[in-house]
Amino acid sequence: MSVARPKLVGQSIVRKEDGPLLRGQGRFAADVNFPNQLHMRVVRSTYAHGNIVSVDLAPALAIPGVHAAWAFADVADIPPIDFRLTKLEQLAAYRQTILAKDRVRYVGDPVAVVFADDPYLAEDAAEHVVVEIEELPVILHADGETGEFRDGLSTEPAIIRKGYGDVDAAFANAHATVSLSLSIGRHSGVPMETRGAVGRYIADTDMLEMYGAAKVPHWNRDQIAKMLGRPPASVNLFEGHVGGGFGVRGELYPEDVLVCLAAMRLGRPVKWIEDRREHFIATNHSRQQTHHIRAAIDRDGCILAIDDEFFHDQGGYMRTHAATVPDLAAAMLPGPYRVPVYRAVGHIRLTNKTPGGTYRAPGRYESTFVRERLLDAIAAETGVDGVEIRRRNLIDKSEMPVTRALETLGTDIVLDSGDYVRLLDKALDGVSWTALQAQLKQRRQAGELVGAGVAMFVEKSGLGPFDDVRITINTKGLVEVVTGAASVGQGVETVIAQICADTLGVGYDSINVIHGQTDRIGRGLGAFASRVTVMTGEATRLAAAKLRDKVLATAAGLMQLPADSLDIVNGEIVRSDSSAGPSMGLAEIATALAPGAKFLGEREPSLFAEASFESRHMTYPYGAHVAVVRLARDTGAIDIERYLVAYDVGKAVNPMLVEGQIVGGVAQGIGGALYEEFTYDDRGEPLSVTFADYLMPTAREVPHVDVIISEDAPSPLNPMGLKGAGEGGTNAVGAAIAAAIDDALGQPGAITQLPVSPQMIKAILKNNL
Amino acid sequence: MTDKTDITLNINGRDHAISVESRRTLADAIREECGQTGTHIGCEHGVCGACTVLVNGEPVRSCLMFAQQAAGKPIRTVEGLANGDEMHPMQRAFMENHGLQCGFCTPGFLMLAVGVLEKEPDITDEDLVDVLSSNLCRCTGYQNIIKAVRAAAIEMRQS
Ligand code: FES
Ligand code: FES
Repeated sequence: MSVARPKLVGQSIVRKEDGPLLRGQGRFAADVNFPNQLHMRVVRSTYAHGNIVSVDLAPALAIPGVHAAWAFADVADIPPIDFRLTKLEQLAAYRQTILAKDRVRYVGDPVAVVFADDPYLAEDAAEHVVVEIEELPVILHADGETGEFRDGLSTEPAIIRKGYGDVDAAFANAHATVSLSLSIGRHSGVPMETRGAVGRYIADTDMLEMYGAAKVPHWNRDQIAKMLGRPPASVNLFEGHVGGGFGVRGELYPEDVLVCLAAMRLGRPVKWIEDRREHFIATNHSRQQTHHIRAAIDRDGCILAIDDEFFHDQGGYMRTHAATVPDLAAAMLPGPYRVPVYRAVGHIRLTNKTPGGTYRAPGRYESTFVRERLLDAIAAETGVDGVEIRRRNLIDKSEMPVTRALETLGTDIVLDSGDYVRLLDKALDGVSWTALQAQLKQRRQAGELVGAGVAMFVEKSGLGPFDDVRITINTKGLVEVVTGAASVGQGVETVIAQICADTLGVGYDSINVIHGQTDRIGRGLGAFASRVTVMTGEATRLAAAKLRDKVLATAAGLMQLPADSLDIVNGEIVRSDSSAGPSMGLAEIATALAPGAKFLGEREPSLFAEASFESRHMTYPYGAHVAVVRLARDTGAIDIERYLVAYDVGKAVNPMLVEGQIVGGVAQGIGGALYEEFTYDDRGEPLSVTFADYLMPTAREVPHVDVIISEDAPSPLNPMGLKGAGEGGTNAVGAAIAAAIDDALGQPGAITQLPVSPQMIKAILKNNL
Repeated sequence: MTDKTDITLNINGRDHAISVESRRTLADAIREECGQTGTHIGCEHGVCGACTVLVNGEPVRSCLMFAQQAAGKPIRTVEGLANGDEMHPMQRAFMENHGLQCGFCTPGFLMLAVGVLEKEPDITDEDLVDVLSSNLCRCTGYQNIIKAVRAAAIEMRQS
């Protein structure tokens, strides 16, 4: 009988990360300092569109303590920043250079940089750079007329087309057609830590280093090397603590390249810390889209076809994500429903606003809002209630896996597993739906404006194609797991340690997890698209299993016992048939295999194992959101009384962290649904540049969120059945709240755009009188 | 602008003799001149609360105060919360209730909560949420922060 070991996977273990963060010992980008460092300040365009007539750096350079100042001419040899995902050839001409060449395309576009001994001084000096710009007309609406990007290039560089089946025939034969025009506002991740980067060049060894990396350190390392004409092995990126990622942080931005270039040229470390105003105008925005969608339905409200045309507001340039967001919107729009015929046409449009990229549930927050509004409209058209119309259209468990003739992020969409109907039931039970409906009805009769809404969605996670892990046990018996993953604060170290502890048979506390260090592992894809737990998690399990075999084989030799009679329990090698008898520690095994050890003989030195996990398909978690809202008749204020998320993640490694991801995601979704929006005046001047005008939800606005973590549908694509948990909390918030507001107003289809403001509610109520 | 004044900042009971320009914020002085980087800067315009420290026992946004204004007054930062290896009940409660993810906002929340509970140990749950709504967190959705502070409040009242 083998010794029963308590499993850590599946338990809400306290995080490995917390100690230093709680004691003020974190090492965030701004906490990194090197002796003799210079401070960089970026001079940004104050015009949304214009030709650069001149840039005079001399007044800044004249200030004592200012060591250099550059405009485009000084960095003309550096190529524009390339695409990381969803490259399209025709987008290449729309990439951003690290300083604007002869034209600025948004307020915040970097025009010059200054380097000084002190950050206050650098800021003063930046004010002395004289930039003359001849203003050009601006384009602020993605769905209006196109214009000229530059050199005769249109502001519509590409159109995304996805779909299958004969759309025209489906509509011609439909019982009815439902059409909607819907839009989602411009908002973004806005982590609490702004961006920051410190470049350092070590001349002796010709090594270039950048601190403050996040999300995709290896890709950024390779790009920085390429842009600066250096071998990748001579550049290293180091990730410290990261104060939130959400898609925006860690992408390669002009400032990252500038600090590296400056460190080399100026021979001193160069530090740049973004201020909050800069963050609002310089770091990726997201989400802004307008959709015109229609559905062909049969008599019962079953979908025969969906046809969607949308306009994606990309802002000033194409950044690292290239076409990722509109591509995902188009590919994921069908969601959990049977959609026999489908067509999506997405116009990528350049405007004179901050460039866009991904933000948690990119393309899905948008398309879930659109699709679920459509389902509600179908319900209204058919006279069937919203829950019933969803049931009729949901893909049944028996149909899994479902291959859609769609691809995104270089993978074919194959919904790997799921029991959507069951999850819907769980969500409805979670709020006692029938009783809730009765209560709401009563309250409405008493004059209250209250209502409930349901929204469903399919997420994606675990993007491959690979992840590597190397696990080493040192002669003290301590375990080090080196991954190519990155951490943006989501608890990577904890989850990886849990998996490693179980597989290897060692204590959680004896494991140290390394991530985001390009000098420790050759390649790595980092942290995005809810991929780490799935990809790095499985690679960790594989490496730990290999290492376990190696430990047992070595112990068998040392203990003169067959390997299959041994087990590792809490870091001790023991006989698996009884607790009695000789045992051995991991430290002894590692010592026996240490380079030069007598026992070594022909064996490979050092106690380590490496493994890669490869996956060509993503895994598809799915969820349901339920919102209950109350509207104030006089002020139009929207109060979320109740919120529930049911989310199937296949297998939750640490339910406490999954719940944390979901609740945090909901708060961000609420921001986009009700409060957050980057607005501009008609000259393209941004109006949301402080936390006083860009309103993020506080503890007052975020309601208590009930979470049901479901494990009905483990992924068949990895042995632990994992699916990622990072984005399901955000995905359907706009959709569920819109449905609940409609219900409270008693007016199906009233909400057609996000964010919904009290003013909009007041206007609707006034029109109803 | 570069005229500097010599001042002493007393942080967590220790004196730091520093020399700062009059425009230097307390947050910058604590972080740069005194090397206590546990206090974070999230906005520099007084809204996010990441920079919250206690000055004379009162929660203060250190990005809105000049270093010179705090000279000679007792300042407490996150680094002073634990008693050696032993965490403050508030720190422990944040850990046990998963009240932090990225941890960037955490020092500000810890100092805000400790400052308020030391003065008003019997604050109602409702008022506590009001107090906590003055700081921003982008990761947690606040649920676990509120849970953690309530748990710590009970423990702090008992001790
Ligand atoms: S940094 Fe002081 S309130 Fe935000
Ligand atoms: S834990 Fe990340 S901002 Fe609060």
